[in-house]
Order: sequence, then C-alpha cells, then structure tokens
Amino acid sequence: MPTPFIETLILTAKLATYTTCILLIVGLPLSYFMAYSRFRLKPVLEALVSMPLVLPPSVIGYYILVAYSPNHWFGGFLDTVFDVRLAFTFEGILIASVVFSVPFMVQPLINGFRAIPQNLREASYTLGKSKTATFFRVLLPNIKPSLVTAIALTFAHCIGEFGIILMVGGNMPGETRVASIAIYDEVQALNFEAANQYALILFLISFIVLTLIYTINRKQNSWRIV
Amino acid sequence: MENRVIEINVQKKLVSAHGTMLLHIKASICQGELAVLFGESGAGKTTLLRMIAGLTSPDSGVIKVGDSIWFHSDVNINKTPQQRNIGFVFQDYALFPNMSVYENIIFGQKQKNKAHALDLINKFGLAEFTHRMPEKLSGGQKQRVALARALARKPDFLLLDEPLSALDSNFRTSLQNEILKAHSITNATTLLVSHDLTEVFRLAQKVIKIENGKITAIGKPDDIFLNNQISGKVQITGNIVKIQKQDTFYLLTVVTGMNQIVKVTAYDNEIHDLAEGDKIMVFSKAFNPLIMKVQN
Repeated sequence: MPTPFIETLILTAKLATYTTCILLIVGLPLSYFMAYSRFRLKPVLEALVSMPLVLPPSVIGYYILVAYSPNHWFGGFLDTVFDVRLAFTFEGILIASVVFSVPFMVQPLINGFRAIPQNLREASYTLGKSKTATFFRVLLPNIKPSLVTAIALTFAHCIGEFGIILMVGGNMPGETRVASIAIYDEVQALNFEAANQYALILFLISFIVLTLIYTINRKQNSWRIV
Repeated sequence: MENRVIEINVQKKLVSAHGTMLLHIKASICQGELAVLFGESGAGKTTLLRMIAGLTSPDSGVIKVGDSIWFHSDVNINKTPQQRNIGFVFQDYALFPNMSVYENIIFGQKQKNKAHALDLINKFGLAEFTHRMPEKLSGGQKQRVALARALARKPDFLLLDEPLSALDSNFRTSLQNEILKAHSITNATTLLVSHDLTEVFRLAQKVIKIENGKITAIGKPDDIFLNNQISGKVQITGNIVKIQKQDTFYLLTVVTGMNQIVKVTAYDNEIHDLAEGDKIMVFSKAFNPLIMKVQN
C-alpha cells in the first residue's frame, strides 16, 4: 500500500498521461482540419477550442459538473444506459481535464501544420500519395518540434490543473486528489511540510518540461524546410 | 502505343494585383512532345500548369488526355492529382526535408523499386548524394532530385514550373541538359513553364506563348520569335539614368534589364524627345559587329 503522498503523485501522473494520450489522438485530426479547411463556421470552432484559455476553470468545471448530474440529459443518459456516474470520479476528472487542455494540444499543432509549405503537400499529391499517406509520411515528420511542444505543454498543464479538478472531482484520495489539490488541502491543514514537497515536485516537473520545449524550439530555428 | 494527345480548353477568372483577368487557354500537346509555356510573370502560366496537375480547378472547360477525361465541368469530372499520372517539379523543388535523396525518390514510386530509384539517381549524377538530406544540397542538386523524384512515378505527363528560375545562369545550361535527358528517358509528354528565351530555344519543340491569360502564338520557337525578338541586329533595352551634354553630342547612361550600365552617344536629332527615366532601345545592325567569346 503506497503512502498517500506517492498515491497522489501516481494519480497526478496517470491523469496527465491519459489526458495527453487522448488529446493526441483527438487533437491531430482536429488540428489538421483546422489548419487547412476553409469551411465557413471555422471561426466558431476556433473560438470553442480556445475557450479554456480565457474562461475561468470554475466556469467550465461548473458546466461539466452540471452535465454529469443524473438530472441532466447527459448525466441521466450515462446513468440509465451505462450505470455510470462521472462526478467525483477519476473518469470524470479525466474528461474534464481533456476538455480543458484542448487548446494546449491543438494550438501548437495548428501552427506546425500551417508552417509547412503548401507545395510539400501538393508534391506528395502529385506523386500519387493519398491525404492519409501524406499526413503520416510528410506532414507528421515535419512538425516534430510542434508535436513535442504540444505533448509537453499539455502534459505540464495537466499536472498543474487545479480549479476544474476541484469543481468536478473534489478531493477524494486515490480517486480525484491530484497534487495541486493536495497542496491546497495540506496548506488548509497548516501542514506546510507536505505542501512543500508537492509544490517542489510540481515546480521541478514544469521547469524541466519547459526547458525541454525551449531546447527543442531552438533547434527548430536552425531547422528549415527546403 | 495508344494515342494520348492532351487537349486543354479551360477558363478561369484570376484575381491578381492588377485586377481580374480571364484565363482562357485552348491548346493541345502531342504525345511525347516537349512544349514550353512562355510568357511574362502573371500571364497565367503557373495557374495553367496547376490546373493540368489538378492542384487548381478551372471554372469551366475540359482537360482530356487521350480518351481519359481529367476535368470536365459539364459532367462534373475533376480527377484528383493522385488520379492523374503526372510528375510535377515545383519552382522551389518542394523536396521532403525529412527524407534523404534516395527516400524522396522511393516515396515517388508507385511500388517500391530500389533498382529503378538507384538508376534514376545515377542518371542524374546524384550517386554521391544518395543518402544526403535535402538541406545539404545546392540548388542545382535539389533540382535534379526534384526531376528524378517526378520521374519515379513513371508519369505520362511531366510538368515543370520554372524549374531553373532560382539558379545561376552557369548552372542553367547543364540543367537544361538534365531536362532534355529527363524527357528522353521517359518520353513523357513534357510541359515546362519559362520566361527565359534561352531556355525556350534550347528545350522547346513547341512554344505556347501566353499573354494576359490568352494564347497569342503556338509553334516552333523559330517561327514564333523570328519576327520580333530575333532579327539581324543586336539590341539592348534599358532606362536612361543620365544625359550629359558634351561638345557636339550627348552622352547617355543607360541601365539595362540585366543591370548592366551602358554609355552611348546621341546627337541633337535623337535627343530632342528623350529625358532621364525614358525607356529606350539601343541596337546595332548585324553588319560587322564586334564579337568576343565570354569566359565563364
């Protein structure tokens, strides 16, 4: 049985890893679409994707919590059909965390896709390669720096998420109690030593991740498309 | 061999900095022919090439290769670039930066065929660069890779968009040979965009001259250019940057289109309607000019 400290850290890492993986799978096609499509309602989609950047986490958290309620059609549907209740569960905070981290994954990817000259895609098409083949063999390998940035930013942001987790998940040890919430909890209990341990670890993770991103982006400057 | 004459009859409205222009092109290119699209920049050459490749859609018209219809606005046929068996060489080559020379060429093939790829690499003198990445290649080498890659698919139709414009003039001659080689290797019908007369004369079996979105002449280079550009005289056009009066004549300083500064003399009867900034033509008759070989 791990100590509550280790348990909280494992839970935090698990949440961030799962969120990043889900967002990578959802975010790649979404950002590809947003980078190249010209459909008329795109500004609406762009606004929706960027909402978490400007809205307070409590607002999004509130809406998600309401949606999870068995009285809401979404929560009710999950409850009656799947017998699942998401509020104050790990799955619940995972979905909230995915929703809230979308821009951190999608924005760098969009920028990466847009930075690729149009004629690289066209060259691939004229060589008879489908859009899918072009995506995996020409586009993805050439947005590696953006890909690393997107993954690292999403992961780091998830590690530090607080407001939305508190709203949707509360503070249940082993289920929804992640490091940032544990800090708040320990400080409330005047247990500064434990708070300090959590805080230091979060600080170090964020620092390392951001250093990684800037190191890679510096290489990107000397890296160019010909 | 089946007859694969390419028939083009397309229209498209183009919006440019100079306002809108209607591109209306009607032409046919024979199987195996090397045709050059010649015209000023902005005349619609590149757009036409892109329409043939399927990268840009015409507003209306037909593009037919032999019996197969690539584009037909009336019956809503518009084949994708993937469905048209073409090779396209872009002005800036568009080599994939994540692939070596060899990988770029292999990528272009329908089915991986190492021997064919290495054969292309050898034919274009790229053997020593086989595993080099595009960023480590010179402009001329990139152009050869782009040509080899375009041929990797064994295209019926090779489209080249000003492939030499980014290169030094020294390079051009040898790369013009590479294009002729590419054409003879595959015997693919080839359409090349150019605004360079030297290129036209070295390469073209047929010239399609486009001005303001319309074809103004089609034919052999000699037939098309014999009347105006080529005649029994040497001519330079340029702008007057300075007029200086000497004792009995004037000294004009002229900057040519090639950025060359030329000083010429003029007399009263010639100077009266000239001013600084005017565009003039200086020419001499073909009798007894001074000729000297230029060392490269």
